[in-house]
Amino acid sequence: MPEESKAESSQSPGKPAPAGKGAAGGEKKPPPKKPAVMETTPWESELTAQLGRVFGEQILEFASYLGQNFLVARPEAVVPILRYLRDEVGFDYLVDVTAVDYPEREERFELIYIVYSFGRNERIRIKTRIRDGYEPETATGVHPTANWLEREVYDMFGIRFAHHPDMKRILLPDDWQGHPLRKDYGILDMDNRWVKDNLGIESGQ
Amino acid sequence: MPEATFLDANELVLNMGPQHPSTHGVLRVILKLDGEKILGTECVIGYLHRGVEKIGENRTYAMFAPYVDRMDYVAAVSNGLGYCLAVEKLLNVEAPPRAQAVRVILTELNRIASHLLWLGTHALDIGAITPLFYVMREREEILNIFEAYCGARLTTHAFRIGGLQYEVYEGMEKQVKAFCKMFLPRVDEYEELLTENRIWKDRLVGVGVLTAEQCKQFGVTGPLLRAAGVKWDLRKAQPYSGYEKYDFEIPTRPNGDTYDRYIVRIQEMRQSVRIIEQAVEGIPEGPILAKVGKVIKPPVGEAYVSIEAPKGELGYFIVSDGSTQPYRVRVRPPSFVNLQALDTMARGGLVADIVAIIGTIDIVLGEVDR
Repeated sequence: MPEESKAESSQSPGKPAPAGKGAAGGEKKPPPKKPAVMETTPWESELTAQLGRVFGEQILEFASYLGQNFLVARPEAVVPILRYLRDEVGFDYLVDVTAVDYPEREERFELIYIVYSFGRNERIRIKTRIRDGYEPETATGVHPTANWLEREVYDMFGIRFAHHPDMKRILLPDDWQGHPLRKDYGILDMDNRWVKDNLGIESGQ
Repeated sequence: MPEATFLDANELVLNMGPQHPSTHGVLRVILKLDGEKILGTECVIGYLHRGVEKIGENRTYAMFAPYVDRMDYVAAVSNGLGYCLAVEKLLNVEAPPRAQAVRVILTELNRIASHLLWLGTHALDIGAITPLFYVMREREEILNIFEAYCGARLTTHAFRIGGLQYEVYEGMEKQVKAFCKMFLPRVDEYEELLTENRIWKDRLVGVGVLTAEQCKQFGVTGPLLRAAGVKWDLRKAQPYSGYEKYDFEIPTRPNGDTYDRYIVRIQEMRQSVRIIEQAVEGIPEGPILAKVGKVIKPPVGEAYVSIEAPKGELGYFIVSDGSTQPYRVRVRPPSFVNLQALDTMARGGLVADIVAIIGTIDIVLGEVDR
Protein backbone atom coordinates (compact mmCIF):
# COMPACT_ATOMS: atom_id res chain seq x y z
CA MET A 1 0.00 0.00 0.00
CA PRO A 2 2.60 2.62 0.85
CA GLU A 3 4.63 1.73 -2.24
CA GLU A 4 1.60 1.99 -4.47
CA SER A 5 0.57 5.38 -3.25
CA LYS A 6 4.07 6.67 -3.46
CA ALA A 7 4.43 5.56 -7.05
CA GLU A 8 1.17 7.20 -7.95
CA SER A 9 1.61 10.41 -6.09
CA SER A 10 5.15 11.15 -7.04
CA GLN A 11 5.04 10.02 -10.64
CA SER A 12 1.69 10.74 -12.16
CA PRO A 13 1.70 14.54 -12.46
CA GLY A 14 5.25 15.20 -13.57
CA LYS A 15 7.01 12.18 -14.97
CA PRO A 16 5.01 11.65 -18.16
CA ALA A 17 5.48 15.24 -19.24
CA PRO A 18 9.24 15.20 -19.71
CA ALA A 19 9.08 11.76 -21.31
CA GLY A 20 6.62 13.05 -23.89
CA LYS A 21 8.31 16.35 -24.49
CA GLY A 22 11.89 15.28 -24.60
CA ALA A 23 11.18 11.97 -26.34
CA ALA A 24 13.70 12.56 -29.09
CA GLY A 25 16.56 13.60 -26.84
CA GLY A 26 15.30 11.45 -23.99
CA GLU A 27 16.40 8.20 -25.70
CA LYS A 28 19.93 8.69 -24.51
CA LYS A 29 19.08 10.37 -21.24
CA PRO A 30 17.96 7.48 -18.98
CA PRO A 31 21.38 5.86 -18.35
CA PRO A 32 23.01 8.86 -16.64
CA LYS A 33 19.88 9.40 -14.56
CA LYS A 34 20.53 6.62 -12.04
CA PRO A 35 24.13 7.33 -11.06
CA ALA A 36 23.54 11.08 -11.02
CA VAL A 37 24.80 12.44 -7.74
CA MET A 38 25.38 15.87 -6.36
CA GLU A 39 28.68 17.03 -7.82
CA THR A 40 30.23 18.42 -4.71
CA THR A 41 33.68 19.83 -4.28
CA PRO A 42 35.65 19.41 -1.08
CA TRP A 43 35.40 22.23 1.42
CA GLU A 44 38.68 23.15 3.04
CA SER A 45 39.29 26.12 5.24
CA GLU A 46 40.56 27.09 8.64
CA LEU A 47 37.18 26.23 10.06
CA THR A 48 37.14 22.71 8.64
CA ALA A 49 40.65 22.09 9.94
CA GLN A 50 39.59 23.30 13.38
CA LEU A 51 36.44 21.19 13.38
CA GLY A 52 38.40 18.21 12.10
CA ARG A 53 40.81 18.51 15.00
CA VAL A 54 38.05 18.74 17.59
CA PHE A 55 35.56 16.21 16.25
CA GLY A 56 37.79 13.88 14.21
CA GLU A 57 35.91 10.80 13.10
CA GLN A 58 32.58 12.26 14.11
CA ILE A 59 32.51 14.40 10.99
CA LEU A 60 32.27 12.27 7.90
CA GLU A 61 32.62 14.82 5.16
CA PHE A 62 33.23 18.47 4.40
CA ALA A 63 31.78 19.47 1.06
CA SER A 64 30.62 22.39 -0.97
CA TYR A 65 27.96 22.66 -3.66
CA LEU A 66 27.27 25.81 -5.67
CA GLY A 67 29.46 27.69 -3.24
CA GLN A 68 27.39 26.61 -0.23
CA ASN A 69 29.36 24.73 2.39
CA PHE A 70 28.09 21.84 4.43
CA LEU A 71 29.37 19.06 6.59
CA VAL A 72 28.02 15.60 7.23
CA ALA A 73 28.31 14.37 10.80
CA ARG A 74 27.29 11.38 12.84
CA PRO A 75 23.87 11.96 14.45
CA GLU A 76 25.16 11.94 18.03
CA ALA A 77 27.74 14.62 17.16
CA VAL A 78 25.30 17.19 15.80
CA VAL A 79 24.39 18.91 19.06
CA PRO A 80 28.01 19.09 20.28
CA ILE A 81 28.97 20.56 16.91
CA LEU A 82 26.20 23.14 17.12
CA ARG A 83 27.33 24.05 20.61
CA TYR A 84 30.96 24.28 19.58
CA LEU A 85 30.10 26.39 16.53
CA ARG A 86 28.03 28.74 18.66
CA ASP A 87 30.49 29.15 21.52
CA GLU A 88 33.86 28.96 19.82
CA VAL A 89 33.28 30.08 16.24
CA GLY A 90 30.33 32.46 16.48
CA PHE A 91 27.58 30.64 14.58
CA ASP A 92 24.98 32.12 16.87
CA TYR A 93 21.85 31.90 14.75
CA LEU A 94 20.12 28.63 13.92
CA VAL A 95 18.32 29.45 10.69
CA ASP A 96 16.42 26.26 10.11
CA VAL A 97 16.05 22.60 10.97
CA THR A 98 14.53 20.36 8.38
CA ALA A 99 14.66 16.87 6.95
CA VAL A 100 14.54 15.03 3.65
CA ASP A 101 13.14 11.52 3.26
CA TYR A 102 14.95 8.95 1.10
CA PRO A 103 12.87 5.80 1.63
CA GLU A 104 15.20 3.59 -0.44
CA ARG A 105 18.15 4.26 1.84
CA GLU A 106 18.79 2.32 4.99
CA GLU A 107 19.48 5.54 6.85
CA ARG A 108 16.28 6.93 5.60
CA PHE A 109 16.23 10.53 6.76
CA GLU A 110 18.66 13.31 6.21
CA LEU A 111 18.42 15.95 8.92
CA ILE A 112 19.63 19.39 7.98
CA TYR A 113 20.58 22.19 10.35
CA ILE A 114 21.36 25.57 8.82
CA VAL A 115 23.43 27.91 10.96
CA TYR A 116 24.56 31.45 10.34
CA SER A 117 27.17 33.63 11.97
CA PHE A 118 26.45 37.34 12.26
CA GLY A 119 30.12 38.03 12.93
CA ARG A 120 31.50 36.10 9.96
CA ASN A 121 28.50 36.68 7.67
CA GLU A 122 28.68 33.01 6.77
CA ARG A 123 26.07 30.31 6.51
CA ILE A 124 26.75 26.58 6.66
CA ARG A 125 24.68 23.42 6.81
CA ILE A 126 25.15 20.49 9.13
CA LYS A 127 23.70 17.29 7.82
CA THR A 128 23.27 13.91 9.38
CA ARG A 129 21.69 10.67 8.29
CA ILE A 130 19.46 8.65 10.55
CA ARG A 131 17.36 5.53 10.22
CA ASP A 132 13.63 5.43 10.90
CA GLY A 133 12.96 5.26 14.63
CA TYR A 134 16.24 6.84 15.70
CA GLU A 135 15.68 9.69 18.14
CA PRO A 136 18.23 12.44 17.60
CA GLU A 137 19.08 14.67 20.52
CA THR A 138 17.24 17.98 20.60
CA ALA A 139 19.11 21.18 19.84
CA THR A 140 16.84 23.30 22.06
CA GLY A 141 19.55 23.43 24.73
CA VAL A 142 21.84 25.23 22.32
CA HIS A 143 19.37 27.23 20.24
CA PRO A 144 15.90 27.75 21.77
CA THR A 145 14.51 28.39 18.29
CA ALA A 146 14.92 24.69 17.55
CA ASN A 147 11.82 24.07 19.65
CA TRP A 148 9.21 24.78 16.99
CA LEU A 149 11.45 23.78 14.11
CA GLU A 150 11.98 20.32 15.57
CA ARG A 151 8.30 19.99 16.35
CA GLU A 152 7.60 20.67 12.71
CA VAL A 153 10.11 18.01 11.66
CA TYR A 154 8.37 15.56 13.99
CA ASP A 155 4.97 16.56 12.65
CA MET A 156 5.96 16.16 9.01
CA PHE A 157 8.43 13.26 9.17
CA GLY A 158 7.78 11.43 12.42
CA ILE A 159 11.29 11.95 13.71
CA ARG A 160 11.10 12.27 17.49
CA PHE A 161 13.74 14.37 19.19
CA ALA A 162 15.03 13.04 22.48
CA HIS A 163 14.73 15.32 25.54
CA HIS A 164 12.72 17.88 23.61
CA PRO A 165 10.67 19.93 26.12
CA ASP A 166 7.41 19.72 24.16
CA MET A 167 7.54 16.94 21.57
CA LYS A 168 4.14 17.09 19.94
CA ARG A 169 2.62 18.02 16.62
CA ILE A 170 2.58 21.69 15.69
CA LEU A 171 0.82 22.32 12.39
CA LEU A 172 -1.44 19.28 12.12
CA PRO A 173 -4.14 18.29 14.61
CA ASP A 174 -3.02 16.05 17.46
CA ASP A 175 -5.03 13.10 16.21
CA TRP A 176 -3.65 13.18 12.68
CA GLN A 177 -2.57 9.86 11.21
CA GLY A 178 0.82 9.63 9.55
CA HIS A 179 3.50 12.15 8.68
CA PRO A 180 2.80 13.89 5.39
CA LEU A 181 6.27 14.73 4.14
CA ARG A 182 7.35 11.10 4.16
CA LYS A 183 7.58 9.95 0.58
CA ASP A 184 5.25 7.00 1.21
CA TYR A 185 2.46 9.31 2.34
CA GLY A 186 0.38 9.70 -0.79
CA ILE A 187 -1.07 13.11 -1.41
CA LEU A 188 -4.58 11.61 -1.76
CA ASP A 189 -4.37 9.25 1.23
CA MET A 190 -6.09 11.52 3.65
CA ASP A 191 -8.99 12.33 1.31
CA ASN A 192 -9.50 8.67 0.47
CA ARG A 193 -9.45 7.66 4.11
CA TRP A 194 -11.94 10.33 5.05
CA VAL A 195 -14.34 9.28 2.29
CA LYS A 196 -14.06 5.65 3.33
CA ASP A 197 -14.54 6.31 7.04
CA ASN A 198 -17.33 8.81 6.73
CA LEU A 199 -19.22 7.79 3.62
CA GLY A 200 -18.39 4.10 3.56
CA ILE A 201 -17.55 4.07 -0.13
CA GLU A 202 -14.35 3.94 -2.16
CA SER A 203 -13.20 7.35 -3.28
CA GLY A 204 -12.92 7.52 -7.02
CA GLN A 205 -9.73 9.61 -6.96
CA MET B 1 -10.11 22.94 53.85
CA PRO B 2 -11.58 21.58 50.62
CA GLU B 3 -9.65 21.45 47.41
CA ALA B 4 -8.92 24.80 45.86
CA THR B 5 -11.80 25.92 43.73
CA PHE B 6 -11.52 28.00 40.61
CA LEU B 7 -12.07 31.18 42.56
CA ASP B 8 -9.38 30.40 45.08
CA ALA B 9 -6.74 30.04 42.45
CA ASN B 10 -4.87 33.09 41.30
CA GLU B 11 -4.25 31.66 37.87
CA LEU B 12 -6.73 32.10 35.10
CA VAL B 13 -6.49 30.46 31.72
CA LEU B 14 -7.89 32.60 28.95
CA ASN B 15 -8.35 31.46 25.40
CA MET B 16 -7.80 33.97 22.64
CA GLY B 17 -8.77 33.07 19.11
CA PRO B 18 -8.57 31.33 16.71
CA GLN B 19 -11.34 33.61 15.51
CA HIS B 20 -10.28 36.95 16.82
CA PRO B 21 -9.84 40.15 14.83
CA SER B 22 -6.58 41.06 16.53
CA THR B 23 -4.74 37.84 15.81
CA HIS B 24 -4.46 38.75 12.13
CA GLY B 25 -5.83 35.46 10.96
CA VAL B 26 -6.51 32.19 12.67
CA LEU B 27 -4.05 32.16 15.52
CA ARG B 28 -5.06 30.74 18.86
CA VAL B 29 -3.18 31.91 21.92
CA ILE B 30 -3.79 30.35 25.31
CA LEU B 31 -2.94 32.84 28.02
CA LYS B 32 -2.16 32.01 31.58
CA LEU B 33 -2.98 35.01 33.70
CA ASP B 34 -2.59 36.21 37.24
CA GLY B 35 -5.05 39.05 37.30
CA GLU B 36 -3.91 41.35 34.54
CA LYS B 37 -0.43 39.89 34.39
CA ILE B 38 0.58 37.33 31.78
CA LEU B 39 2.33 34.32 33.31
CA GLY B 40 2.75 32.48 30.06
CA THR B 41 1.36 31.94 26.59
CA GLU B 42 1.01 29.03 24.26
CA CYS B 43 0.37 29.39 20.57
CA VAL B 44 -1.80 26.90 18.75
CA ILE B 45 -1.19 27.17 15.05
CA GLY B 46 -1.86 25.16 11.92
CA TYR B 47 -5.42 26.22 11.18
CA LEU B 48 -4.31 27.46 7.78
CA HIS B 49 -1.99 24.57 6.98
CA ARG B 50 -2.31 23.62 3.33
CA GLY B 51 0.74 21.40 2.92
CA VAL B 52 2.61 23.76 0.61
CA GLU B 53 5.82 21.78 0.93
CA LYS B 54 4.09 18.52 -0.01
CA ILE B 55 2.39 20.20 -2.95
CA GLY B 56 5.81 21.35 -4.10
CA GLU B 57 7.01 17.77 -4.38
CA ASN B 58 4.09 16.98 -6.67
CA ARG B 59 4.40 19.88 -9.08
CA THR B 60 7.02 20.89 -11.58
CA TYR B 61 9.28 23.79 -10.71
CA ALA B 62 7.30 26.22 -12.83
CA MET B 63 3.92 24.93 -11.67
CA PHE B 64 4.83 25.40 -8.04
CA ALA B 65 5.74 29.09 -8.42
CA PRO B 66 2.18 30.46 -8.01
CA TYR B 67 1.71 28.47 -4.80
CA VAL B 68 4.43 30.35 -2.95
CA ASP B 69 2.48 33.60 -3.40
CA ARG B 70 -0.20 32.15 -1.14
CA MET B 71 2.04 31.91 1.89
CA ASP B 72 2.72 35.50 2.83
CA TYR B 73 -0.08 36.86 0.71
CA VAL B 74 0.53 40.49 1.62
CA ALA B 75 4.09 40.18 0.32
CA ALA B 76 3.58 37.78 -2.56
CA VAL B 77 6.26 39.38 -4.69
CA SER B 78 8.92 38.66 -2.06
CA ASN B 79 7.86 35.03 -1.83
CA GLY B 80 8.09 34.70 -5.58
CA LEU B 81 11.49 36.36 -5.68
CA GLY B 82 12.91 34.00 -3.06
CA TYR B 83 11.61 30.95 -4.86
CA CYS B 84 12.87 32.09 -8.26
CA LEU B 85 16.29 32.88 -6.83
CA ALA B 86 16.49 29.44 -5.21
CA VAL B 87 15.65 27.60 -8.42
CA GLU B 88 17.99 29.85 -10.37
CA LYS B 89 20.72 28.97 -7.90
CA LEU B 90 20.12 25.26 -8.53
CA LEU B 91 20.19 25.89 -12.27
CA ASN B 92 23.26 28.08 -11.78
CA VAL B 93 21.83 30.92 -13.83
CA GLU B 94 21.27 34.55 -13.00
CA ALA B 95 18.47 36.81 -14.13
CA PRO B 96 19.56 39.48 -16.65
CA PRO B 97 20.21 43.00 -15.30
CA ARG B 98 16.96 44.39 -16.66
CA ALA B 99 14.96 41.71 -14.90
CA GLN B 100 16.89 42.29 -11.68
CA ALA B 101 16.10 45.99 -11.67
CA VAL B 102 12.39 45.39 -12.24
CA ARG B 103 12.44 42.72 -9.54
CA VAL B 104 13.93 45.20 -7.09
CA ILE B 105 11.32 47.83 -7.92
CA LEU B 106 8.40 45.46 -7.48
CA THR B 107 9.82 43.81 -4.37
CA GLU B 108 10.42 47.13 -2.66
CA LEU B 109 6.96 48.36 -3.61
CA ASN B 110 5.67 45.18 -2.05
CA ARG B 111 7.70 45.80 1.09
CA ILE B 112 6.03 49.19 1.39
CA ALA B 113 2.61 47.64 0.80
CA SER B 114 3.28 45.00 3.46
CA HIS B 115 4.51 47.57 5.99
CA LEU B 116 1.52 49.79 5.22
CA LEU B 117 -0.94 47.03 5.90
CA TRP B 118 0.95 46.20 9.06
CA LEU B 119 0.85 49.83 10.19
CA GLY B 120 -2.85 50.20 9.55
CA THR B 121 -3.90 47.02 11.31
CA HIS B 122 -1.44 47.44 14.17
CA ALA B 123 -2.75 50.95 14.84
CA LEU B 124 -6.32 49.70 14.53
CA ASP B 125 -5.63 46.98 17.11
CA ILE B 126 -4.43 49.59 19.54
CA GLY B 127 -7.39 51.84 18.96
CA ALA B 128 -6.16 54.33 16.38
CA ILE B 129 -8.63 53.94 13.57
CA THR B 130 -7.55 56.79 11.32
CA PRO B 131 -4.20 55.44 10.03
CA LEU B 132 -5.93 52.46 8.45
CA PHE B 133 -7.73 54.71 5.98
CA TYR B 134 -4.56 56.61 5.21
CA VAL B 135 -2.44 53.54 4.52
CA MET B 136 -5.09 51.83 2.43
CA ARG B 137 -5.15 54.88 0.19
CA GLU B 138 -1.43 54.55 -0.58
CA ARG B 139 -1.46 50.77 -0.73
CA GLU B 140 -4.08 51.05 -3.42
CA GLU B 141 -1.60 52.96 -5.59
CA ILE B 142 0.92 50.14 -5.24
CA LEU B 143 -1.64 47.49 -6.02
CA ASN B 144 -2.62 49.45 -9.11
CA ILE B 145 0.98 49.27 -10.31
CA PHE B 146 1.00 45.51 -9.70
CA GLU B 147 -2.27 45.15 -11.52
CA ALA B 148 -1.03 47.12 -14.50
CA TYR B 149 2.16 45.08 -14.57
CA CYS B 150 0.89 41.53 -14.23
CA GLY B 151 -2.88 41.64 -13.91
CA ALA B 152 -3.03 40.60 -10.27
CA ARG B 153 -3.14 42.74 -7.19
CA LEU B 154 -2.41 40.39 -4.33
CA THR B 155 -1.03 37.01 -5.38
CA THR B 156 0.94 38.47 -8.20
CA HIS B 157 3.16 35.68 -9.54
CA ALA B 158 5.12 38.57 -11.01
CA PHE B 159 8.40 36.76 -11.72
CA ARG B 160 9.41 33.70 -13.66
CA ILE B 161 12.31 31.38 -13.03
CA GLY B 162 15.18 33.07 -14.85
CA GLY B 163 13.76 36.56 -14.91
CA LEU B 164 10.43 38.07 -15.80
CA GLN B 165 7.58 36.98 -17.99
CA TYR B 166 6.32 40.46 -18.82
CA GLU B 167 8.07 43.52 -20.12
CA VAL B 168 7.39 46.67 -18.14
CA TYR B 169 4.22 48.30 -19.35
CA GLU B 170 4.13 51.64 -21.02
CA GLY B 171 4.35 54.42 -18.47
CA MET B 172 5.42 52.18 -15.58
CA GLU B 173 8.53 54.22 -14.82
CA LYS B 174 6.43 57.36 -14.75
CA GLN B 175 3.82 55.83 -12.49
CA VAL B 176 6.43 54.46 -10.07
CA LYS B 177 8.23 57.80 -9.94
CA ALA B 178 4.97 59.59 -9.28
CA PHE B 179 4.24 57.17 -6.47
CA CYS B 180 7.63 57.79 -4.86
CA LYS B 181 7.15 61.52 -5.06
CA MET B 182 3.69 61.33 -3.54
CA PHE B 183 4.57 58.76 -0.90
CA LEU B 184 7.31 60.38 1.20
CA PRO B 185 5.09 63.27 2.40
CA ARG B 186 2.45 60.66 3.21
CA VAL B 187 4.87 58.91 5.54
CA ASP B 188 5.28 62.24 7.30
CA GLU B 189 1.51 62.29 7.68
CA TYR B 190 1.50 58.90 9.40
CA GLU B 191 4.25 60.06 11.68
CA GLU B 192 2.33 63.19 12.51
CA LEU B 193 -0.59 61.05 13.52
CA LEU B 194 1.35 58.55 15.59
CA THR B 195 5.00 59.11 16.39
CA GLU B 196 4.59 61.69 19.12
CA ASN B 197 1.01 60.77 19.94
CA ARG B 198 0.82 60.34 23.68
CA ILE B 199 -1.63 57.42 23.65
CA TRP B 200 0.40 55.66 20.97
CA LYS B 201 3.58 56.02 22.99
CA ASP B 202 1.92 54.98 26.23
CA ARG B 203 0.73 51.81 24.60
CA LEU B 204 4.01 50.92 22.84
CA VAL B 205 7.08 52.18 24.67
CA GLY B 206 8.64 49.45 26.74
CA VAL B 207 6.09 46.86 25.66
CA GLY B 208 7.14 43.44 24.36
CA VAL B 209 10.87 43.96 24.69
CA LEU B 210 13.12 41.54 22.87
CA THR B 211 16.86 42.06 23.29
CA ALA B 212 19.41 41.40 20.58
CA GLU B 213 20.59 38.33 22.47
CA GLN B 214 17.06 36.93 22.68
CA CYS B 215 16.50 37.64 18.99
CA LYS B 216 19.51 35.54 18.09
CA GLN B 217 18.48 32.73 20.41
CA PHE B 218 15.04 32.57 18.83
CA GLY B 219 16.23 33.12 15.29
CA VAL B 220 14.19 36.31 15.06
CA THR B 221 15.02 38.40 12.01
CA GLY B 222 13.71 41.39 10.12
CA PRO B 223 12.50 44.61 11.73
CA LEU B 224 12.34 42.90 15.14
CA LEU B 225 16.06 42.23 15.06
CA ARG B 226 16.90 45.68 13.75
CA ALA B 227 14.77 47.34 16.43
CA ALA B 228 16.93 45.51 18.97
CA GLY B 229 20.00 47.29 17.66
CA VAL B 230 21.44 44.69 15.29
CA LYS B 231 22.32 46.26 11.97
CA TRP B 232 21.62 43.24 9.85
CA ASP B 233 19.74 43.06 6.63
CA LEU B 234 20.26 40.34 4.02
CA ARG B 235 20.06 42.93 1.28
CA LYS B 236 23.32 44.33 2.65
CA ALA B 237 24.86 41.25 4.27
CA GLN B 238 24.46 38.91 1.30
CA PRO B 239 23.13 41.03 -1.56
CA TYR B 240 21.00 39.39 -4.20
CA SER B 241 19.27 40.64 -7.32
CA GLY B 242 21.64 43.60 -7.58
CA TYR B 243 20.93 45.21 -4.20
CA GLU B 244 24.64 45.97 -3.84
CA LYS B 245 24.23 48.64 -6.51
CA TYR B 246 21.80 50.74 -4.52
CA ASP B 247 22.58 53.22 -1.84
CA PHE B 248 20.40 52.80 1.23
CA GLU B 249 20.67 52.52 4.98
CA ILE B 250 19.60 49.92 7.47
CA PRO B 251 17.52 51.67 10.12
CA THR B 252 18.09 50.40 13.64
CA ARG B 253 16.84 51.32 17.09
CA PRO B 254 18.35 50.46 20.47
CA ASN B 255 15.51 49.38 22.74
CA GLY B 256 13.84 46.41 21.08
CA ASP B 257 10.35 47.39 22.17
CA THR B 258 7.15 47.74 20.20
CA TYR B 259 7.64 51.45 19.65
CA ASP B 260 11.10 50.96 18.19
CA ARG B 261 9.78 48.35 15.81
CA TYR B 262 7.23 50.88 14.63
CA ILE B 263 9.96 53.46 14.01
CA VAL B 264 12.14 50.92 12.18
CA ARG B 265 9.34 49.95 9.81
CA ILE B 266 8.51 53.59 9.12
CA GLN B 267 12.15 54.24 8.30
CA GLU B 268 12.31 51.14 6.13
CA MET B 269 9.51 52.49 3.98
CA ARG B 270 11.53 55.64 3.39
CA GLN B 271 14.59 53.57 2.51
CA SER B 272 12.53 51.46 0.11
CA VAL B 273 11.51 54.62 -1.70
CA ARG B 274 15.19 55.51 -1.99
CA ILE B 275 15.94 52.12 -3.55
CA ILE B 276 13.02 52.34 -5.94
CA GLU B 277 14.00 55.82 -7.07
CA GLN B 278 17.51 54.63 -7.89
CA ALA B 279 16.34 51.47 -9.61
CA VAL B 280 13.68 53.11 -11.72
CA GLU B 281 16.12 55.80 -12.85
CA GLY B 282 18.33 53.38 -14.69
CA ILE B 283 16.55 50.21 -15.72
CA PRO B 284 19.10 48.64 -18.08
CA GLU B 285 18.08 47.62 -21.56
CA GLY B 286 18.30 44.00 -22.57
CA PRO B 287 16.53 40.68 -22.28
CA ILE B 288 14.22 39.98 -19.36
CA LEU B 289 14.62 36.20 -19.20
CA ALA B 290 17.81 34.20 -18.86
CA LYS B 291 18.24 31.06 -20.93
CA VAL B 292 16.67 28.45 -18.70
CA GLY B 293 15.00 26.20 -21.25
CA LYS B 294 11.34 25.38 -21.57
CA VAL B 295 11.50 22.48 -19.14
CA ILE B 296 13.17 23.39 -15.88
CA LYS B 297 15.31 20.49 -14.80
CA PRO B 298 18.06 21.40 -12.34
CA PRO B 299 20.91 18.92 -11.88
CA VAL B 300 20.97 16.73 -8.78
CA GLY B 301 21.81 18.91 -5.85
CA GLU B 302 20.52 21.16 -3.13
CA ALA B 303 20.64 24.82 -2.29
CA TYR B 304 19.45 27.17 0.41
CA VAL B 305 18.71 30.70 -0.73
CA SER B 306 17.22 33.38 1.45
CA ILE B 307 16.11 36.95 1.00
CA GLU B 308 15.12 39.81 3.23
CA ALA B 309 11.34 39.63 3.08
CA PRO B 310 9.33 42.38 4.80
CA LYS B 311 9.01 40.13 7.85
CA GLY B 312 12.53 38.77 8.07
CA GLU B 313 14.67 36.08 6.53
CA LEU B 314 12.64 34.08 4.05
CA GLY B 315 14.55 31.01 2.91
CA TYR B 316 13.99 28.24 0.44
CA PHE B 317 15.87 24.97 0.74
CA ILE B 318 15.31 22.97 -2.41
CA VAL B 319 16.61 19.47 -3.11
CA SER B 320 16.67 18.38 -6.74
CA ASP B 321 16.89 14.76 -7.85
CA GLY B 322 17.48 15.79 -11.45
CA SER B 323 13.83 15.49 -12.47
CA THR B 324 11.36 18.20 -13.39
CA GLN B 325 9.87 18.23 -9.91
CA PRO B 326 11.61 19.28 -6.73
CA TYR B 327 12.46 16.33 -4.50
CA ARG B 328 11.94 18.51 -1.47
CA VAL B 329 11.01 22.14 -0.99
CA ARG B 330 11.50 23.56 2.44
CA VAL B 331 10.32 27.06 3.20
CA ARG B 332 11.92 28.84 6.11
CA PRO B 333 9.18 31.29 6.98
CA PRO B 334 10.06 34.39 8.98
CA SER B 335 6.59 34.67 10.55
CA PHE B 336 6.68 31.15 11.94
CA VAL B 337 10.08 31.58 13.54
CA ASN B 338 9.38 35.09 14.82
CA LEU B 339 6.07 34.03 16.37
CA GLN B 340 7.92 31.64 18.63
CA ALA B 341 9.32 34.63 20.51
CA LEU B 342 5.80 35.75 21.47
CA ASP B 343 5.97 34.00 24.82
CA THR B 344 9.23 35.72 25.75
CA MET B 345 7.86 39.09 24.72
CA ALA B 346 4.52 38.77 26.48
CA ARG B 347 5.58 37.10 29.73
CA GLY B 348 5.30 39.48 32.66
CA GLY B 349 3.37 42.01 30.65
CA LEU B 350 -0.26 43.01 30.88
CA VAL B 351 -3.04 41.19 29.12
CA ALA B 352 -3.98 44.42 27.35
CA ASP B 353 -0.56 44.41 25.69
CA ILE B 354 -0.91 41.01 24.06
CA VAL B 355 -2.72 42.53 21.10
CA ALA B 356 0.04 45.09 20.62
CA ILE B 357 2.66 42.38 20.82
CA ILE B 358 0.99 40.08 18.32
CA GLY B 359 0.61 43.05 16.02
CA THR B 360 4.20 44.13 16.31
CA ILE B 361 5.60 40.75 15.23
CA ASP B 362 3.80 41.27 11.92
CA ILE B 363 2.73 37.72 11.26
CA VAL B 364 0.75 36.43 8.36
CA LEU B 365 -0.89 33.16 9.27
CA GLY B 366 -0.75 31.93 5.72
CA GLU B 367 2.99 31.89 6.09
CA VAL B 368 3.08 30.60 9.65
CA ASP B 369 1.00 27.57 8.76
CA ARG B 370 1.86 27.15 5.08
